[in-house]
Amino acid sequence: MRKQIGMGAAFVATAALLAACSSDPEPAETAETTSAEPTVSTSEAPEAIDASGQTLTIWTDAEREGAIQTVADTFEAETGATVEIVQKNFEDLRNDFIAQVPTGEGPDITVGAHDWAGALVEAGVVNTVDLGETADDFEQVAIDAFTYDGQLYGLPYATEAIALIQNADLVGDTAPTTWDEMIAMSEEAGFEDRPFILFTNGTSGDGYSAYPLQTSFGAPVFVQDESGSYTTEVGMGGEAGQAFAQFLYDNGSAGTGYFSDTIDYDTSNQLFADGESPFILQGPWMPFFDDDSMNLVVSPMVSAGGETAAPFVGVQGFYVSSQSENTLLANQFLTNYMATEDAQRALYEADPRLPALTALAEEFSADPITAGFVASAAQGVPMPSIPQMGDVWDFWNAAEIQLITGTADDPAGTWDSMVSELEAAIG
Amino acid sequence: MANDDAVAVKEPKAPRESHARRWSGLGGGFIAKLLLMALVNALALTIIMSAWNAEAWAILTLSIVLIVGADIIYFAKRTLPLKYLYPGLIFLAIFQLFTLAYTGYVAFTNYGTGHAGSQQQAVEATLIQNERRVDGTPTVPLSIVRDGDTLGFAVTQDGIVSVGTEEDVLEPVSGAVVDTNSRPTEVPGWEVVSQNELFSDQDLQQDVIDLRVPVSDEAEDGSMRTRDGSSGAIYQSSIEWDDEAQTFTDKETGTVYYADQEVGNFVADDGSRLPTGWSVTVGFDNFVRAVTDQNLAGPLLKVTLWTFAFAVLTVLTSFGLGLLFALIYNDDRIRGRKWMRTVFILPYAFPAFMSALLWRGMLNREFGIINDWFFFGADINWLGDPWLAKFAILWVNLWLSYPYWFLVCTGALQALPSETMEASRMDGAGRWRQFRSITLPLLMVSTAPLAISSFAFNFNNFTIIYMLTEGGPPFPGTSGLGSTDILISAIYNISGVSGGSADYGLASALSIIVFIVVGIISAIAFRQTRKLEEI
Repeated sequence: MRKQIGMGAAFVATAALLAACSSDPEPAETAETTSAEPTVSTSEAPEAIDASGQTLTIWTDAEREGAIQTVADTFEAETGATVEIVQKNFEDLRNDFIAQVPTGEGPDITVGAHDWAGALVEAGVVNTVDLGETADDFEQVAIDAFTYDGQLYGLPYATEAIALIQNADLVGDTAPTTWDEMIAMSEEAGFEDRPFILFTNGTSGDGYSAYPLQTSFGAPVFVQDESGSYTTEVGMGGEAGQAFAQFLYDNGSAGTGYFSDTIDYDTSNQLFADGESPFILQGPWMPFFDDDSMNLVVSPMVSAGGETAAPFVGVQGFYVSSQSENTLLANQFLTNYMATEDAQRALYEADPRLPALTALAEEFSADPITAGFVASAAQGVPMPSIPQMGDVWDFWNAAEIQLITGTADDPAGTWDSMVSELEAAIG
Repeated sequence: MANDDAVAVKEPKAPRESHARRWSGLGGGFIAKLLLMALVNALALTIIMSAWNAEAWAILTLSIVLIVGADIIYFAKRTLPLKYLYPGLIFLAIFQLFTLAYTGYVAFTNYGTGHAGSQQQAVEATLIQNERRVDGTPTVPLSIVRDGDTLGFAVTQDGIVSVGTEEDVLEPVSGAVVDTNSRPTEVPGWEVVSQNELFSDQDLQQDVIDLRVPVSDEAEDGSMRTRDGSSGAIYQSSIEWDDEAQTFTDKETGTVYYADQEVGNFVADDGSRLPTGWSVTVGFDNFVRAVTDQNLAGPLLKVTLWTFAFAVLTVLTSFGLGLLFALIYNDDRIRGRKWMRTVFILPYAFPAFMSALLWRGMLNREFGIINDWFFFGADINWLGDPWLAKFAILWVNLWLSYPYWFLVCTGALQALPSETMEASRMDGAGRWRQFRSITLPLLMVSTAPLAISSFAFNFNNFTIIYMLTEGGPPFPGTSGLGSTDILISAIYNISGVSGGSADYGLASALSIIVFIVVGIISAIAFRQTRKLEEI
């Protein structure tokens, strides 16, 4: 084997265990001779495994296909196994995985997002993954995200979160620290009408994009327990939620008019690229990062309510099928080939998302824009992967859009009834 | 034996056999058939062999039956009509009947996100989910060892090699040799299974994955398992499966979960259930739910009404507008008619989803040119207001589909007999009278069936809805449906293809209902149109 997982810790922690196994001293003594013997008669360096004739099927989307292919080539060369890479639309992966795994036609491994974990667990199509001590090499939020009910279900490789993007040509390159400061900066630069762009996905509403503002009022969607796992207890009710509702209402069409329900993806792109507004709360996927003519500053979202503005962090990674006939090989591939720095680097180069591997995240943070997104993700929370999250969006988005358009003139009441309807639906 | 006589009489005459059967001259026809059939057989053989490899027995059997059938039909003399029908029948069976039957089957199950596989798979998944690594235990180097049929693990901890099997607790052994990664390579009394052997034997791999070696006599200390064949860790299962009783028992709380075949879940007495379920037949539950579930029934009723309104209004408006333009531009007095007709057809030439996306942008409340240009920058929320959104959908669909009717009506108008028109004019009929009593009825004969198919098409016109409004603005509540959702986009939402939790059973049940509705309406309408032809 090329790499053994975390031997260091093993030496420190096992003594007690073995002592429990063997109460009489004799085996311990023989063991001691054993331990002396191997060091002398250690065999030659272990050869790579030979898995000729075995096929590992991996589902991926187009963006990551190349990078996975690179890792797969190494794996094929070293093990003789065949890796079959199947490309699908990212949107199809989740449901196809759920549909195909039980029929036996599913892959051994699929690329996926962490918030699928709940659905995949309910469908019984996903296996647990054990990264052992390697888990410490990853960003904590990435491991937390793939942890569902205390079990790790995927190997993370990339994180993503929205952050405050600022057009330095318009308002200078000092990042604001509070909502009021940001608005003041904009107004000073002459953007009273549109000091800040909040994406609302048009008239649909988008709780995801507004979430940093919401958390800055201390109103998380679901309450997290002490291990970081989400409970099904809705956390956005009460005064904190009402304050956020009031804030949306005050800055919507009925108030300052900063928020409107006309901002869809293309519009927000265009407005920001045209310099119509100096601030936007968006993710690293926005196209203007390819445009060198704009001087951009990326920083964590400012707080409107006083607490930390925590965005949702989405994590991409790999799931192993529970019905895989090659579980051993699949785990070999993931833990010994995919979890390595080289492989994660290849993935980053193929599809630049923030690396989940801490060493790489730090390395790429030399780029200030990446550093901004990394900082934003670091103060974020994983997007809940519990199935109940699926019920949240409809209520949540609709309520926010009502507040923004001003059609609901009792913000606190609207918010409270949304929360109670949601609680009723979750049951 | 009149028949025989007839044949006997005919025989001297021109042979009745086709080119493909007769070997005359170069035998071109026969050779062509032979080649085609050879190709078909080769294709079938490929499918059969792949099916054999994939162990897909149903496909294998079906392919054999079909190809044998094809050979008999195309080489036997008596099966002439079948030669024409056979390919069509196969396609009908595979692409229509099978899909229909399968959708019908799914409609009576609870197949969906939480009920995806078999009960066996649910048991396996539940066991996986509840086997947790014992806190604070390290990952250790591990080798697979074997003694006859007995498999075991040899692990190195603190430089000491221990061996254990499913039955025997891990015990230190002496005289073992390890490699540079501390994995045992030689264990006295045991044969160490090489990685090469392990990875070339799938059954062995499965046994290794299933193997749990207890680390002590106390069950709660957990047992060693491996995930990759080269390292091990100590795990503890918090749940126990009793195959006899078909129950799971939670070892910590003692809660017993029974396999409930009615709902396809493991359910405890207190009503709590394990997350992973399996697919079971639920009878008419899905159909009942569609009309009784409080969250669903109300929105679905609204969606159904709107679907009818949308389909009917779209056909009426686009037919009307298309006909109007067709009449106008059919007039000889208009110059450049050909050129103008071409321009009219343009909306029809663009892909519908692209046009819909463009319109979505143009209808944007704040930045769209519709409000800017035509309503003096007024703040009209075209896509955010339930009624305006409905209007916008109808408007855009009118824009998209009137060119079709313009084309059809122009063609039909030009095919009308000019003598009839002339005769009516001589009888003193005015233009309106002419149109009402002659043009329209004659036009309806050829266009009514098209109107019906247009209705059926628009009844399921997913593209326009999805691209323009995505069904929004949403109804209050969790149905996930909205004011402009039609049945097919509602089904799409419910099926969970768009994200969220999938309920294929309910989606299939709704599809069946839509199929029946469209079928009935089309049947009635076609029956009605036959009357038109009697004019």
